[in-house]
Amino acid sequence: MKFLSLIIALVTGALLIYGAQDFPNWADPNSPPSIWVSNRYIEKAFEETAVPNLVTAVLADYRGYDTLFETVVIFAAGVSVVMLLRRPRKE
Amino acid sequence: MIERFEDVIIQTLCRFLVPFMQIYALYVIAHGHSSPGGGFQGGCILAASFVLLVIAFDLKEAKRRMTEKLNTIFTSLGVFIYAGTGWVCLILGGNFLDYSKLSKILPVDSVHARYHGMLYIEIGVGIGVMACMISIFLNLVTRGRHEEALEDKDLWNT
Repeated sequence: MKFLSLIIALVTGALLIYGAQDFPNWADPNSPPSIWVSNRYIEKAFEETAVPNLVTAVLADYRGYDTLFETVVIFAAGVSVVMLLRRPRKE
Repeated sequence: MIERFEDVIIQTLCRFLVPFMQIYALYVIAHGHSSPGGGFQGGCILAASFVLLVIAFDLKEAKRRMTEKLNTIFTSLGVFIYAGTGWVCLILGGNFLDYSKLSKILPVDSVHARYHGMLYIEIGVGIGVMACMISIFLNLVTRGRHEEALEDKDLWNT
Protein backbone atom coordinates (compact mmCIF):
# COMPACT_ATOMS: atom_id res chain seq x y z
CA MET A 1 0.00 0.00 0.00
CA LYS A 2 2.85 2.36 0.81
CA PHE A 3 4.49 1.45 -2.49
CA LEU A 4 1.25 2.24 -4.33
CA SER A 5 1.08 5.65 -2.59
CA LEU A 6 4.65 6.38 -3.69
CA ILE A 7 3.78 5.47 -7.29
CA ILE A 8 0.69 7.72 -7.22
CA ALA A 9 2.69 10.61 -5.75
CA LEU A 10 5.45 10.24 -8.35
CA VAL A 11 2.99 10.02 -11.27
CA THR A 12 1.07 13.09 -10.02
CA GLY A 13 4.30 15.03 -9.59
CA ALA A 14 5.48 14.07 -13.07
CA LEU A 15 2.13 15.18 -14.54
CA LEU A 16 2.38 18.52 -12.73
CA ILE A 17 5.93 19.10 -13.97
CA TYR A 18 4.82 18.16 -17.50
CA GLY A 19 1.92 20.63 -17.23
CA ALA A 20 4.21 23.38 -15.95
CA GLN A 21 6.08 23.30 -19.28
CA ASP A 22 3.19 25.21 -20.84
CA PHE A 23 3.51 28.14 -18.44
CA PRO A 24 4.89 31.37 -19.88
CA ASN A 25 8.44 32.26 -18.95
CA TRP A 26 9.11 34.18 -15.76
CA ALA A 27 8.31 37.91 -16.32
CA ASP A 28 7.57 37.33 -20.01
CA PRO A 29 6.17 40.67 -21.31
CA ASN A 30 4.04 38.86 -23.92
CA SER A 31 2.39 36.39 -21.53
CA PRO A 32 -1.42 36.69 -21.17
CA PRO A 33 -1.34 38.09 -17.57
CA SER A 34 0.98 40.89 -18.72
CA ILE A 35 -0.97 41.99 -21.77
CA TRP A 36 -4.58 41.51 -20.71
CA VAL A 37 -6.02 43.29 -17.64
CA SER A 38 -2.85 44.24 -15.74
CA ASN A 39 -2.08 47.25 -17.92
CA ARG A 40 -5.59 48.62 -17.55
CA TYR A 41 -5.39 48.28 -13.75
CA ILE A 42 -2.03 50.04 -13.63
CA GLU A 43 -3.15 52.88 -15.88
CA LYS A 44 -6.70 53.45 -14.68
CA ALA A 45 -6.86 52.30 -11.04
CA PHE A 46 -5.99 55.64 -9.48
CA GLU A 47 -8.34 57.77 -11.55
CA GLU A 48 -11.19 55.26 -11.18
CA THR A 49 -10.94 54.59 -7.45
CA ALA A 50 -8.75 57.38 -5.96
CA VAL A 51 -6.78 54.69 -4.07
CA PRO A 52 -2.98 55.06 -4.28
CA ASN A 53 -2.34 51.45 -3.22
CA LEU A 54 -2.87 49.38 -6.35
CA VAL A 55 -3.01 46.10 -4.43
CA THR A 56 -5.96 47.27 -2.35
CA ALA A 57 -7.72 48.65 -5.42
CA VAL A 58 -7.51 45.28 -7.19
CA LEU A 59 -8.22 43.22 -4.06
CA ALA A 60 -11.19 45.17 -2.72
CA ASP A 61 -12.73 46.74 -5.80
CA TYR A 62 -11.96 44.97 -9.10
CA ARG A 63 -11.79 41.59 -7.36
CA GLY A 64 -14.25 42.39 -4.57
CA TYR A 65 -16.35 39.29 -5.16
CA ASP A 66 -13.28 37.09 -4.68
CA THR A 67 -12.35 38.83 -1.42
CA LEU A 68 -15.92 38.49 -0.14
CA PHE A 69 -15.68 34.73 -0.40
CA GLU A 70 -12.18 34.72 1.08
CA THR A 71 -13.80 36.28 4.14
CA VAL A 72 -16.55 33.65 4.00
CA VAL A 73 -13.87 30.92 3.94
CA ILE A 74 -12.32 32.33 7.14
CA PHE A 75 -15.79 32.59 8.66
CA ALA A 76 -16.46 28.95 7.75
CA ALA A 77 -13.12 27.92 9.30
CA GLY A 78 -13.96 29.69 12.56
CA VAL A 79 -17.47 28.23 12.70
CA SER A 80 -16.28 24.69 11.94
CA VAL A 81 -13.61 24.85 14.66
CA VAL A 82 -16.32 25.88 17.14
CA MET A 83 -18.63 23.12 15.89
CA LEU A 84 -15.96 20.40 16.02
CA LEU A 85 -14.10 21.29 19.23
CA ARG A 86 -16.38 23.27 21.50
CA ARG A 87 -17.82 21.11 24.28
CA PRO A 88 -20.09 23.25 26.47
CA ARG A 89 -20.57 21.72 29.89
CA LYS A 90 -23.98 20.13 30.35
CA GLU A 91 -25.81 21.54 33.35
CA MET B 1 -0.79 19.93 33.40
CA ILE B 2 0.88 23.24 32.64
CA GLU B 3 1.70 25.15 35.82
CA ARG B 4 0.18 28.58 36.14
CA PHE B 5 2.90 31.10 35.46
CA GLU B 6 2.66 34.61 36.84
CA ASP B 7 5.45 37.09 36.35
CA VAL B 8 5.05 40.74 37.21
CA ILE B 9 7.49 41.88 34.51
CA ILE B 10 5.71 40.00 31.73
CA GLN B 11 2.27 41.08 32.91
CA THR B 12 3.21 44.77 33.20
CA LEU B 13 4.94 44.73 29.83
CA CYS B 14 1.94 43.11 28.15
CA ARG B 15 -0.41 45.58 29.77
CA PHE B 16 1.68 48.34 28.16
CA LEU B 17 2.06 46.57 24.84
CA VAL B 18 -1.54 45.57 24.12
CA PRO B 19 -2.99 49.10 23.57
CA PHE B 20 -0.15 49.98 21.19
CA MET B 21 -0.70 46.76 19.24
CA GLN B 22 -4.39 47.55 18.91
CA ILE B 23 -3.74 51.14 17.80
CA TYR B 24 -1.29 49.79 15.23
CA ALA B 25 -3.86 47.24 14.04
CA LEU B 26 -6.47 49.97 13.58
CA TYR B 27 -3.87 51.99 11.66
CA VAL B 28 -3.17 49.02 9.38
CA ILE B 29 -6.88 48.57 8.70
CA ALA B 30 -7.62 52.27 8.14
CA HIS B 31 -4.53 52.91 5.99
CA GLY B 32 -4.90 49.81 3.84
CA HIS B 33 -5.60 52.15 0.91
CA SER B 34 -2.38 54.11 0.90
CA SER B 35 0.15 51.75 2.46
CA PRO B 36 0.65 47.98 2.69
CA GLY B 37 -1.96 46.42 4.91
CA GLY B 38 -5.68 45.91 5.02
CA GLY B 39 -8.39 44.03 6.81
CA PHE B 40 -6.77 40.60 6.91
CA GLN B 41 -3.46 41.85 8.33
CA GLY B 42 -5.02 44.29 10.78
CA GLY B 43 -7.48 41.68 12.03
CA CYS B 44 -4.63 39.25 12.66
CA ILE B 45 -2.72 41.90 14.67
CA LEU B 46 -5.85 42.59 16.73
CA ALA B 47 -6.22 38.86 17.41
CA ALA B 48 -2.51 38.66 18.30
CA SER B 49 -2.97 41.30 21.00
CA PHE B 50 -5.71 39.13 22.47
CA VAL B 51 -3.53 36.00 22.28
CA LEU B 52 -0.82 37.91 24.15
CA LEU B 53 -3.35 38.63 26.90
CA VAL B 54 -4.21 34.93 27.21
CA ILE B 55 -0.52 33.97 27.36
CA ALA B 56 0.55 36.66 29.83
CA PHE B 57 -2.52 36.50 32.08
CA ASP B 58 -5.04 33.67 31.92
CA LEU B 59 -8.24 32.64 30.22
CA LYS B 60 -10.41 34.26 32.86
CA GLU B 61 -8.87 37.70 32.28
CA ALA B 62 -9.21 37.26 28.52
CA LYS B 63 -12.84 36.10 28.66
CA ARG B 64 -13.68 39.04 30.89
CA ARG B 65 -12.63 41.36 28.06
CA MET B 66 -14.09 39.37 25.16
CA THR B 67 -16.95 37.06 26.07
CA GLU B 68 -17.76 34.11 23.86
CA LYS B 69 -21.14 35.56 22.92
CA LEU B 70 -19.60 38.86 21.79
CA ASN B 71 -16.94 37.00 19.83
CA THR B 72 -19.54 34.91 17.99
CA ILE B 73 -21.48 38.07 17.15
CA PHE B 74 -18.29 39.69 15.78
CA THR B 75 -17.55 36.61 13.65
CA SER B 76 -20.84 37.00 11.81
CA LEU B 77 -20.80 40.81 11.88
CA GLY B 78 -17.61 40.95 9.79
CA VAL B 79 -19.08 38.99 6.89
CA PHE B 80 -22.37 40.84 7.33
CA ILE B 81 -20.71 44.26 6.93
CA TYR B 82 -18.93 43.11 3.78
CA ALA B 83 -21.98 41.52 2.18
CA GLY B 84 -24.18 44.35 3.48
CA THR B 85 -22.07 46.91 1.61
CA GLY B 86 -22.60 44.85 -1.52
CA TRP B 87 -26.36 44.71 -0.93
CA VAL B 88 -26.57 48.47 -0.35
CA CYS B 89 -24.90 48.99 -3.72
CA LEU B 90 -27.43 46.58 -5.24
CA ILE B 91 -30.37 48.45 -3.67
CA LEU B 92 -29.00 51.80 -4.93
CA GLY B 93 -29.19 50.53 -8.49
CA GLY B 94 -25.70 49.20 -9.26
CA ASN B 95 -24.15 45.77 -9.46
CA PHE B 96 -23.26 43.77 -6.36
CA LEU B 97 -20.21 45.47 -4.72
CA ASP B 98 -20.27 48.37 -7.22
CA TYR B 99 -19.19 50.99 -4.69
CA SER B 100 -19.56 53.96 -7.04
CA LYS B 101 -23.33 53.84 -6.42
CA LEU B 102 -22.64 54.69 -2.77
CA SER B 103 -22.24 58.32 -3.88
CA LYS B 104 -26.04 58.57 -3.71
CA ILE B 105 -25.99 58.30 0.10
CA LEU B 106 -22.48 59.65 0.83
CA PRO B 107 -21.53 63.33 0.33
CA VAL B 108 -18.75 62.46 -2.17
CA ASP B 109 -18.48 61.90 -5.91
CA SER B 110 -18.58 58.43 -7.43
CA VAL B 111 -14.78 58.00 -7.57
CA HIS B 112 -14.36 58.76 -3.87
CA ALA B 113 -17.41 56.61 -3.09
CA ARG B 114 -15.36 53.62 -4.28
CA TYR B 115 -12.60 54.73 -1.91
CA HIS B 116 -15.06 54.80 1.00
CA GLY B 117 -16.69 51.51 -0.01
CA MET B 118 -13.30 49.83 0.18
CA LEU B 119 -12.79 51.25 3.68
CA TYR B 120 -16.11 49.72 4.84
CA ILE B 121 -15.32 46.28 3.53
CA GLU B 122 -11.83 46.43 5.07
CA ILE B 123 -13.43 47.18 8.45
CA GLY B 124 -15.76 44.21 7.97
CA VAL B 125 -12.87 41.92 7.01
CA GLY B 126 -10.87 43.13 10.02
CA ILE B 127 -13.66 42.41 12.50
CA GLY B 128 -14.39 39.00 11.01
CA VAL B 129 -10.76 37.86 10.85
CA MET B 130 -10.12 39.05 14.43
CA ALA B 131 -13.09 37.15 15.87
CA CYS B 132 -12.34 33.98 13.86
CA MET B 133 -8.68 33.93 14.94
CA ILE B 134 -9.67 34.42 18.61
CA SER B 135 -12.25 31.62 18.55
CA ILE B 136 -9.86 29.24 16.74
CA PHE B 137 -7.08 29.99 19.24
CA LEU B 138 -9.28 29.61 22.34
CA ASN B 139 -10.85 26.37 21.15
CA LEU B 140 -7.51 24.85 20.21
CA VAL B 141 -5.67 25.68 23.45
CA THR B 142 -8.53 24.54 25.71
CA ARG B 143 -9.67 21.61 23.53
CA GLY B 144 -13.08 23.32 23.44
CA ARG B 145 -13.54 23.01 27.21
CA HIS B 146 -13.57 26.62 28.38
CA GLU B 147 -15.40 25.94 31.64
CA GLU B 148 -12.89 23.32 32.77
CA ALA B 149 -9.99 25.60 31.78
CA LEU B 150 -11.46 28.41 33.87
CA GLU B 151 -11.44 26.08 36.90
CA ASP B 152 -7.81 24.93 36.34
CA LYS B 153 -8.82 21.33 35.73
CA ASP B 154 -6.58 18.88 33.93
CA LEU B 155 -7.74 19.39 30.34
CA TRP B 156 -5.98 16.38 28.87
CA ASN B 157 -7.78 13.80 31.03
CA THR B 158 -11.35 15.06 30.91
